[in-house]
Amino acid sequence: MRLSILDKGHGLGPKMLFALIRAVSRQPVLDVIKLATYRPDFYGALAQGVTHEAMRGPSAWSVGDRELMAAFIAKSNECEWCTRAHAAVAERALSDAAKVSGVLADLETAPIQEPLRATLRMLRKLTREHAVNEDDMRAALAAGVSCEQIKDALAVCFAFNVTARLANAFGFALASPKAFEAGSKYLLTRGYR
Amino acid sequence: MTDFRQARQGLVQRILEGKGTASHAQRRAAFDNAELEEPMHTLIEKVAGHSERVTEEDITAALASGLTEDQIFELVVCAAVGQVTREYETALLALAAVSKKE
Repeated sequence: MRLSILDKGHGLGPKMLFALIRAVSRQPVLDVIKLATYRPDFYGALAQGVTHEAMRGPSAWSVGDRELMAAFIAKSNECEWCTRAHAAVAERALSDAAKVSGVLADLETAPIQEPLRATLRMLRKLTREHAVNEDDMRAALAAGVSCEQIKDALAVCFAFNVTARLANAFGFALASPKAFEAGSKYLLTRGYR
Repeated sequence: MTDFRQARQGLVQRILEGKGTASHAQRRAAFDNAELEEPMHTLIEKVAGHSERVTEEDITAALASGLTEDQIFELVVCAAVGQVTREYETALLALAAVSKKE
């Protein structure tokens, strides 16, 4: 990571947590965990609450759909780290690796329902162009997405557009597939808090 | 998602108004992506608009300007949350406008 404090500036509590993670998972600690536990009173603890509500709070979108949105938003942000991390979670949640790889390869031909496809189109535009307009919302609604579903998808987009920016800016080191796999198990079991 | 709204507002309030090593004015400027001098202007602009373009050199230049790592950490967080807050609010306004008309 580009700031040494995010690698080695943690207090005793997080350091003990890192040792436990390494012992149990037999994998290095993911950089996102180092970020979340560095001065958590400033950012990490609150951000985890935001992400947990977006990803695990009540919604008509399934957990798998929301993890797929997270991976897709990460790809739209050119954040390799976040794309791999959330593709792993989405694959596990949906039990459908082909669906996840299909969406990441080509949204238009991916084997998903139209409401989800229309929602992902809108999220991609918001992520890449930093704005969406009334026509974009009409297109999603016309595809059968409800207003509440759009709001819920925008919450996912909020959480992961922040995370991707920080992963890119702080230079998260890519982890091994096994490390992402261990992380995905944890996120599906425990959520983001 | 009332809980999400509250959690998001809490995050924004904390990073802008709570205790930090960067001044409140610096954090607000990073959040708004405005009124920053180089080299922070370049770094914050990239975090907000094209974070994939941030380089090691951008961080090194910020450190060389006299900012501490903690200050850079806070300002980058503020820049990310600020940009995404604007995008999120723009999208909600577009949705509300359509909902009102239909």
